[in-house]
Amino acid sequence: MLFKTRNFDGAPVALQARNLTVSLPETPGNPQVLKGIDVTIRQGETVCLVGESGSGKSVTSLAIMGLLPQALKVATGSITLQGQDLLPLSQAQMRQLRAARVAMIFQEPMTALNPVLRVGDQIMEVMELHTDLPVAERRARARAIMEQVHLPDVDRIFRSYPHQLSGGQRQRIMIAMALVLEPVLLIADEPTTALDVTTQKQILSLIDELQQKHGTAVLFITHDMGVVAEIADTVYVMKHGEIVEHGPIETLLRQPRAEYTRKLLSAVPSLSPRAARAVADNTVLRVESLNKIYGGGGILKKLPQAHAAKDVTFTLPRGRTLGIVGESGSGKSTVARCIMRLIDPTSGRIMLDGTDIADLSRRALRPHRQKLQVVFQDPMRSLNPRWTIAESLIEGPLNYGTPRREALAEAARLMGVVGLPQDALARYPHQFSGGQRQRIAIARAVMMRPDVLVADEAVSALDVSVQAQVLDLLDQLQRDLGIAIVFITHDLRVAAQICDEVIVMQRGAVVEHGPADRVLSTPAHSYTRALIDAAPGRFWDFHNFRELPKVNHAEPA
Amino acid sequence: MLGYILRRILAVIPVMLLVAVFVFLLLRLTPGDPAAIIAGDMATPAQLERIREAMGLNQPLHIQFVTWLGQLLRGDLGVSLISNTPVASMIADRIGPTFAIAILTILMSVAMAVPMGVLAAWKHRSGADYAVMTFSVLGFSVPVFVIGYIFILIFSLKLGWFPVQGYTPISRGLGAFLSNAFLPALTLSTIYIALIARMTRANMLEVLGEDYIRTARAKGAPERTVLFRHALKNAAVPILTVIGTGFALLIGGVVVTETVFNIPGIGRLTVDAILARDYPVIQAMILLTSFLYVLVNLLIDLSYSFFDPRIRY
Amino acid sequence: MSPVPPPTSAMQPVLRALRLPQFGWGSKIAALVLAVIVVLTLLAQWIAPHDPLAMNPLARLKGPIEGHPLGTDNFGRDIFSRVLIGGQLSLIIGIATAVVSVLIGLVIGMVAGFFRTADAIIMRMMDALMAIPSILLAIALVALNGPSVGSVIAAITIPEIPRVVRLVRAVVLAAREEPYVEAAIALGTSMPKILVRHLVPNTLAPLIVQGTYILASAILTEAILSFLGAGVSTETPTWGNIMAEGRMFFRIKPELILYPGLALSLCILSINLLGDAARDMLDPRLKKRAG
Repeated sequence: MLFKTRNFDGAPVALQARNLTVSLPETPGNPQVLKGIDVTIRQGETVCLVGESGSGKSVTSLAIMGLLPQALKVATGSITLQGQDLLPLSQAQMRQLRAARVAMIFQEPMTALNPVLRVGDQIMEVMELHTDLPVAERRARARAIMEQVHLPDVDRIFRSYPHQLSGGQRQRIMIAMALVLEPVLLIADEPTTALDVTTQKQILSLIDELQQKHGTAVLFITHDMGVVAEIADTVYVMKHGEIVEHGPIETLLRQPRAEYTRKLLSAVPSLSPRAARAVADNTVLRVESLNKIYGGGGILKKLPQAHAAKDVTFTLPRGRTLGIVGESGSGKSTVARCIMRLIDPTSGRIMLDGTDIADLSRRALRPHRQKLQVVFQDPMRSLNPRWTIAESLIEGPLNYGTPRREALAEAARLMGVVGLPQDALARYPHQFSGGQRQRIAIARAVMMRPDVLVADEAVSALDVSVQAQVLDLLDQLQRDLGIAIVFITHDLRVAAQICDEVIVMQRGAVVEHGPADRVLSTPAHSYTRALIDAAPGRFWDFHNFRELPKVNHAEPA
Repeated sequence: MLGYILRRILAVIPVMLLVAVFVFLLLRLTPGDPAAIIAGDMATPAQLERIREAMGLNQPLHIQFVTWLGQLLRGDLGVSLISNTPVASMIADRIGPTFAIAILTILMSVAMAVPMGVLAAWKHRSGADYAVMTFSVLGFSVPVFVIGYIFILIFSLKLGWFPVQGYTPISRGLGAFLSNAFLPALTLSTIYIALIARMTRANMLEVLGEDYIRTARAKGAPERTVLFRHALKNAAVPILTVIGTGFALLIGGVVVTETVFNIPGIGRLTVDAILARDYPVIQAMILLTSFLYVLVNLLIDLSYSFFDPRIRY
Repeated sequence: MSPVPPPTSAMQPVLRALRLPQFGWGSKIAALVLAVIVVLTLLAQWIAPHDPLAMNPLARLKGPIEGHPLGTDNFGRDIFSRVLIGGQLSLIIGIATAVVSVLIGLVIGMVAGFFRTADAIIMRMMDALMAIPSILLAIALVALNGPSVGSVIAAITIPEIPRVVRLVRAVVLAAREEPYVEAAIALGTSMPKILVRHLVPNTLAPLIVQGTYILASAILTEAILSFLGAGVSTETPTWGNIMAEGRMFFRIKPELILYPGLALSLCILSINLLGDAARDMLDPRLKKRAG
């Protein structure tokens, strides 16, 4: 069974939003953020609301909770919970409803729990607010729900503060808090987006399990089509405050009717690796036994050591892409930063065009810098906000003695290459979208005619459709200029699309290293297998609206 | 935990030592003969020699410092040039009133400022918010002695609620003490309240925008719970910090307020010393208040972990 | 800018007229008041109806009379003229303190933020300097260096420096972590150039704000020093000195303190309001919240 095929036509309606319109009454023109949407969620059903940033999916959830920010107001429409109209309710009545009948979990488990209160108390607080249960009973129920969300060592965790728990454990606490009063509806707003894939998989199956046990209706908000494929009964696709299409999951993935849905699905990178390219033999970057150890020392107290990168070795030929994949804390970014010499490696060699740059002083390094460029994750922070795009682009070439006029001409040419208008040069970063800024950052790197480009999660902050465009741009630049790329990512789908070779890292060590198609289709190491297994929707070829032809590794039990 | 406290205390020592060095060098690095500077233009050679002798100015700098530091550690703050009595005992005689008024001021300030700041943040951009902000800008803008005189003018001279000036020790009854101490404490409070209320408001505003506040609201928590259980505790550390750094303002304010209200505390002692050019007293006051400042901030530092478990022992 | 929330009480329109956080009416009025004060003090020599130092034993401690709009002091000097002239030195001391402490603090803060080795030592010294209550430190400095204008400026400037250093250092440390600074390193930009072109501009906005606060607090400190008898020599009229002389006659003629106090307070209030407005305008976090 690929998808959920349960039928809820006979089940009672848990929540219904009809013609729901939310607007910004105080903004000139009264723009609408939600434009008359209709959503129905039945008991026991999981409804996924999927869309890119700015589609209005989170506003929908906040409107249901009655927690819209002050600037937003419901203009028309109705929201009914089990037949009761919610919009006329007073603040006090809404408060009684929250957590008791509609509960919500959020994206960032790191910040969604109060850092100064013990998590057990935070769960008990829900009962304190909504029930008359005596303390002992509240405590017993809090423990029981903690057992249900499969938290280990409930005694200890009950007394812990949020910062003492992992991201996955915190999200389990959030779920426990949301479900302890057995609400009718659970709203989950991107609950796994901030988590590693293996943790994400566990949380998704936990939500599924508890939903079946309690018959809760779930409204699941996500941007990730893979997650949708895993968890949804019914899908609503949103764009610019409108529902463009909805239907049962399988129908929607096989026969999308709306053009936007097709576009969204096609943009999801396939997990099946790209066709292997001929191996080039002119090595441009060779890393040998690279180590980075943090910590140690400390004057009055011995600080713990962290081996962030252990014996990392690889070679990268001209015009090829090497992917370094791993979850948070795997050391992949440490390797990238060592190669860039933004941090100093503890030991090892970094041979760039035959020169070892691992131990060069800042001054000695300077001539080699231009061969090695970088694109960072956060498009909001990677350009100096006070500088025009032109100033940012020519900063590097001017450092190496290129005349200003020549650099500006090259900048103008590159604007065309990365698909931005000429007048972009005179503008400032805040006037561009995230995807555009990432193109500018790439252009800035390319200005230097580098041999190697390090892309550190360079597409991770972007929507899938934008992500696809930026990946295409990188591919095109690589073909035209023969740049070698070190591509750091946590996303196996992206790695599968762009990499010739892949390194899988776990806790600072390389656990697997080989051609992308081999590593991703017949992984040798159990951790690689676990990563691939955890990739949501891995059985589905979104691009072609059908199952992937073959799955090479065993289904999880 | 004991280790943490020990480490914090050890970290304070270099700061205190540096304060001592600064204070020591203050006089010695001033251009000219230190003895002449202290004694003033009219001093006779005999007077100068007496000052040099009393303050050990005849010896090389490093020896002077070691001697001076040794005296400090034994609690010897030098001898007044005017009354010839040990400065330490002069301060001990006068510290009572200052201490009592300072404590009263801190209690009054915190009790008023924190609720003001919470209210202003909760009702952001409402009348209450603007009122609190207006008060706090005013508190920073009117010199403390002008506030003191205005209070005397209104509450003592016009309304006759309080005696104009003077001081009654707390041992003579709380009522008598308060009738004298209330106005000076209120005067001293204004700038402190302005500072704390402003900081409370800013931090509460920031905390109220955090995800866990949204979580608390999603749990159905009423505003009171959101504000006090969830928000205030998270905003506590920066508020405590400003209470600590504001202590320096309090010390400056004490000197002025005691003059306005004619209170026989160490503030007045300082002013008298300025007018009489009694440098050993000024120097001792700087040392004493600086050490107090460091000590208060150390205690506040140690209290952080009580409010925020992420600050670990 | 952000939409204004709808009025919730009858007082709202009145209070909104006084809105502090943005360049609304409050800051416009503040700017106007400050401009008036500055112009009046600058032109004091020509505006003042009397020589501020001219005594008249026959007209001592008078209320407002012909030719003396605010009355006279205990020497029969014209209060109005003295307050006008007194503003000059107060403003000069304030501005000099703000400029000098910001410049020195900028340099030291840059060094601390950029050189890890110097950082620890500099910051411990700044901690120690901050531990010394600024009024007392200023008192001692004036007591040692004499009551000249220069020594008063130095005495007020030195305690302000650590705050500027901390600010600059914090901004530099935060900016160092920005990806655009790391990108500049990758582009081969030299460290001094990164410092000047990427980091210094980040400190300008907060320094302007801090500078206005220092200006306000320096004017205030000057007044307190004079009031305590540790300011510029008492023959020179400054707002603080005029008030200090009025102390003894407070019961019979409180105006001697209230008029200069009012001028001083209005001046500081306007500067503080403008500082707040500048801070709110330059603080990206507040902008985000408002948007």
